[in-house]
Amino acid sequence: MPEIKVTPLGAGQDVGRSCILVSIGGKNIMLDCGMHMGYNDDRRFPDFSYITQNGRLTDFLDCVIISHFHLDHCGALPYMSEMVGYDGPIYMTHPTKAICPILLEDFRKITVDKKGETNFFTSQMIKDCMKKVIPLNLHQTVQVDDELEIKAYYAGHVLGAAMVHIKVGSESVVYTGDYNMTPDRHLGAAWIDKCRPDILISESTYATTIRDSKRCRERDFLKKVHETIERGGKVLIPVFALGRAQELCILLETFWERMNLKAPIYFSTGLTEKANHYYKLFITWTNQKIRKTFVQRNMFEFKHIKAFDRSYADNPGPMVVFATPGMLHAGQSLQIFKKWAGNEKNMVIMPGYCVQGTIGHKILNGQRKLEMEGRATLDVKLQVEYMSFSAHADAKGIMQLIRMAEPRNMVLVHGEAVKMEFLKGKIEQEFSIDCYMPANGETITVTTNPSVPVDISLNLLKREMALGGPLPDPKKPRTMHGTLIMKENSLKLVSSEQALKELGLNEHQLRFTCRVQLQDPHSDPDTLHRIYTHLKSVLKGYTIQHLPDGTVMVESIVIKVSSSAEDTNTKVLLLSWSYQDEDLGSFLSTLLKKGLPSGLC
Amino acid sequence: MKLYCLSGHPTLPCNVLKFKSTTIMLDCGLDTTSVLNFLPLPLVHSPRLSKLPGWVSKDGTVNLEKELKECAGRVFVDSQPEFCLPERELLDLSTIDVILISNYHCMMALPYITEHTGFTGTVYATEPTLQIGRLLMEELVNFMERVPKAQSATCWKNKEIQRMLPGPLKDAVDVWTWKRCYSMQEVNSALSKVQLVGYSQKVELFGAVQISPLSSGYSLGSSNWIIQSHHEKVSYVSGSSLLTTHPQPMDQSSLKNSDVLILTGLTQMPTANPDGMLGEFCSNLAMTIRAGGNVLVPCYSSGVIYDLLECLYQFIESASLGTTPFYFISPVANSSLEFSQIFAEWLCHNKQTKVYLPEPPFPHAELIQTNKLKHYPSIHGDFSSEFRQPCVVFTGHPSLRFGDVVHFMELWGKSSLNTIIFTEPDFSYLDALAPYQPLAMKCVYCPIDTRLNFHQVSKLLKEVQPVHVVCPEQYTQPPLTQSHRSDLMLELQPPPMPYRRCSVLNLPFRRRYERVYILPELANSLVPSEIKPGISVATVSAVLHSKDNKHTLQSVPKPPPAPPTKKRKRVMEEPPVVLAPKPLLSGAVPLEAFLATLQKHGITEVKVEETADGHILHLQAEDTLIQLEEDGTHIVCDNNEPLRTTLRDLVLRFLQKL
Repeated sequence: MPEIKVTPLGAGQDVGRSCILVSIGGKNIMLDCGMHMGYNDDRRFPDFSYITQNGRLTDFLDCVIISHFHLDHCGALPYMSEMVGYDGPIYMTHPTKAICPILLEDFRKITVDKKGETNFFTSQMIKDCMKKVIPLNLHQTVQVDDELEIKAYYAGHVLGAAMVHIKVGSESVVYTGDYNMTPDRHLGAAWIDKCRPDILISESTYATTIRDSKRCRERDFLKKVHETIERGGKVLIPVFALGRAQELCILLETFWERMNLKAPIYFSTGLTEKANHYYKLFITWTNQKIRKTFVQRNMFEFKHIKAFDRSYADNPGPMVVFATPGMLHAGQSLQIFKKWAGNEKNMVIMPGYCVQGTIGHKILNGQRKLEMEGRATLDVKLQVEYMSFSAHADAKGIMQLIRMAEPRNMVLVHGEAVKMEFLKGKIEQEFSIDCYMPANGETITVTTNPSVPVDISLNLLKREMALGGPLPDPKKPRTMHGTLIMKENSLKLVSSEQALKELGLNEHQLRFTCRVQLQDPHSDPDTLHRIYTHLKSVLKGYTIQHLPDGTVMVESIVIKVSSSAEDTNTKVLLLSWSYQDEDLGSFLSTLLKKGLPSGLC
Repeated sequence: MKLYCLSGHPTLPCNVLKFKSTTIMLDCGLDTTSVLNFLPLPLVHSPRLSKLPGWVSKDGTVNLEKELKECAGRVFVDSQPEFCLPERELLDLSTIDVILISNYHCMMALPYITEHTGFTGTVYATEPTLQIGRLLMEELVNFMERVPKAQSATCWKNKEIQRMLPGPLKDAVDVWTWKRCYSMQEVNSALSKVQLVGYSQKVELFGAVQISPLSSGYSLGSSNWIIQSHHEKVSYVSGSSLLTTHPQPMDQSSLKNSDVLILTGLTQMPTANPDGMLGEFCSNLAMTIRAGGNVLVPCYSSGVIYDLLECLYQFIESASLGTTPFYFISPVANSSLEFSQIFAEWLCHNKQTKVYLPEPPFPHAELIQTNKLKHYPSIHGDFSSEFRQPCVVFTGHPSLRFGDVVHFMELWGKSSLNTIIFTEPDFSYLDALAPYQPLAMKCVYCPIDTRLNFHQVSKLLKEVQPVHVVCPEQYTQPPLTQSHRSDLMLELQPPPMPYRRCSVLNLPFRRRYERVYILPELANSLVPSEIKPGISVATVSAVLHSKDNKHTLQSVPKPPPAPPTKKRKRVMEEPPVVLAPKPLLSGAVPLEAFLATLQKHGITEVKVEETADGHILHLQAEDTLIQLEEDGTHIVCDNNEPLRTTLRDLVLRFLQKL
């Protein structure tokens, strides 16, 4: 029985370092290759030794697919391809291919240049790695090899995020990456067709959350920013350079415009302008509204938002600063945070999820004293707000996607175990499908039951469909008969006669003849007619003919009558049938032996 | 399988393919060459045009002064220009299931087909094709509606009168079916029926056939189409290019193994080399500007213009044209330039790489930023105040019958300092210029047509090896004007099947197989037996389910247990339910082995008698005869059913079942 296996090397009952292995129809595919923000040691990257203990990655993997540019989905890619060693194809969408190397380089700089780590991938390695990337277009069916095909669907989440449908023969798996089922200010909603995969592997970041309406959250966010500004405080919004940042910029830009506010808004690092350029060039990946109006007004040209300089952090008066990275684990956002943390007038708004171990995660859990490097501690006095703006599907969204794709099995990854458990129960209850939540390194196996594709001869098919009539009767299904010829890799279903012909075989006729004696005091033709009437009444639904040459035919069985030489009342019936009518022939001979009922005329 | 040909124009095709219960329209080209018979529509009142003399037949019997005007020996219709539509009587257009569009030039007749014909299907096109196609339609409507013409000339179409008109009006065909331009409302309605597709996307049509667009390398989002079932493949090649310009390169390998390849949209200028033409374009442009003249480039607002601007971007500095203003005037100029920058996925590799940087893929962004290129929706408004000469103007329409170009013809036509450079290959430049004669302005003809030429297409066909090729009849003979050039036609073995407007071709292939799926339960119950080395057979008895053109075979459901009958005896008399007929048999029963088997089963008294075709076995104790022959066995057995079935099974042991 064919099987599909799913093994998370990362993101199994966890968020971070997404990396899922799928074995389907003899092919091995790696889905995402991310890093974990919460660790600085080996646990930062997925455990590739799971594969390499048995040989090279390139020999094992048929392809690697990256769902989007977030580092927890692509951060380990140069490490995997250049340091562990993988030379096969890597697939990602155009925007991901464009943006991913920039974020990788950023990440590398922070890790190597600032933290001074060695044994890390180099700029050259990022470049070499990107040379192995083949861009994917939405809905394009890419033939990885003769058997393996992949197709990308729009996932919302961030610019260029995609879900992938992986298919080998009639078996298939869908991997969602991160997705969002509600359109936001700059992106559309994820969509997939009813592709009925054997397994749907879904993220489950917000497995237990059902988020209130986006409008409310936006109002809330604007209110908090506005209040802080009014009382002269500074607002720090740690973000990733691409994605949520653009959505919040659009939000603040329109708010500033409407309220005629003067406080400056800054965006840290030189990436801003560049980031906005990407949004302009890849406008076809944004939502309907932005795409429709882009010729008149490009939403990514901001009037109120200016580039940030390190010295501005000490300026007096209110300001809003977007700074990277989003989880306060390094870089400029952390520096600014340290500067502003001591003043209760200030505020930090965390607009997205923070993985365990990051400062973002700590302060969100109410920690007010932070241990910093070099034994220093930092008192957190500023207000800490959490606003879920990260574009993940909530529980409702995940259920909605299941309804869209109609999978036969469900696998949850990219979430916390406790929350997954809850969602798993809900899914199993609502859809009556099996739902799995493997931990890292744990393999789940799903047996599939694919139907076998066969080439049927058109003659046979047409004959069958004609016999079946335009409206087949579901209660009385017609049985069709044919011969399946298996030759090399081809399976052909033809009529038995055609099979004989195609195989160059002669037909062997097997016939039976049987004499039955019968007491019937009538003339021969009368007896024959009595037999005809009798059979007519017994055999419903068969073709029975009384032929002028003195025979009765039931289907292709011939019945003849002659009188016995000794006694004219004793009739001898001669039944003759071919092997094809064996069942009927046998039945008739037994039936007629019992004689004819007296009531016949 | 049939092909209905609704257009005779080889580069603006419109064919309908009937294939496996689906009706598929391939492209929807609008033949606009008909507008050359009309007078230009000036944007501002033109005393010259309004003073043209009306036409009266030589003998004075026919007077159509109001409808027809004479200019430099040619006669033009003074009316809103009309287009020659695809044939609409050859088949019922409401039966069309889908329309596949290959590029934005081949969809201009769409509103005529999807509106007012009862069409209820879907149109498939790529995103750039839809967006740019929309712009071109919008532009066309705008050109027409901007200068409404009250008069609609119809008298000249009268058969008796048309016969008496001078050429080329006399020879115009189907003039009664010519139609005015559609409205924006009709355009919007037509385009709302478009479903977007990406290259290599597989789309199922009613479960019967699968369609898939392939990159054709001709323009942004241009595609060829594969229409296939599990056993048959039709390729539709339309407007393809192997030159490296801005679009993604042509996907050739996916065209392999086609049963039928429909070939349209080859170059209209088989003898003009696009690169040479581009060079000539630049040098003529520079020469005119240096001499203080203006350059007029009549063109479409998308397509080759992107390449022209890119070429000029590199050329401007070296030709010291840095201060010359370049104007692009069209109601959709801005949109066209903006849209060209956002289709990274559909561009050639070099341009994609630029987007990754991130930089705009086309350098015209820089030309606009540095104010070298300016674009305006029309000659009215800002343009009139900012306009400086000498300059270069890109504007439409290339037919010179409507659009802003008409104004520049009137403005610049009288001076020999100015030059008009034709780059679009769709219209004969002499015909285009006819209503402006006499003309002092210089005319340069550098048609740039990047579509496949005959040399390239023969190479392509050799590579992809289609079984049959179908093409417009124009491709099966050399061009009329160059009848000695046998290299300017398709020479294939077997020869291509030519079509013309209104042809109906029976495409020569027989379908023999269809895909059916055997459900796992049934598949597991099959018992294969090896008939010959490497060949196994299994008899299949199954229930066929056909839904949405998908066929599956299921196990025959077990009959529900017979309801318990009171009279036991009756049960015996129930005839057998329609059971599986027995399989066919093959092989022969060998005498010796059979006798040995009989013996094993206790049948020992056998008298064997040789006959002409085999043997007769007389089982004496049982009074039964078995006739054994090469291709048949006959068992004659009376009144002993158990014996008969035993004998049957023994015989069957020696035979193969199919």
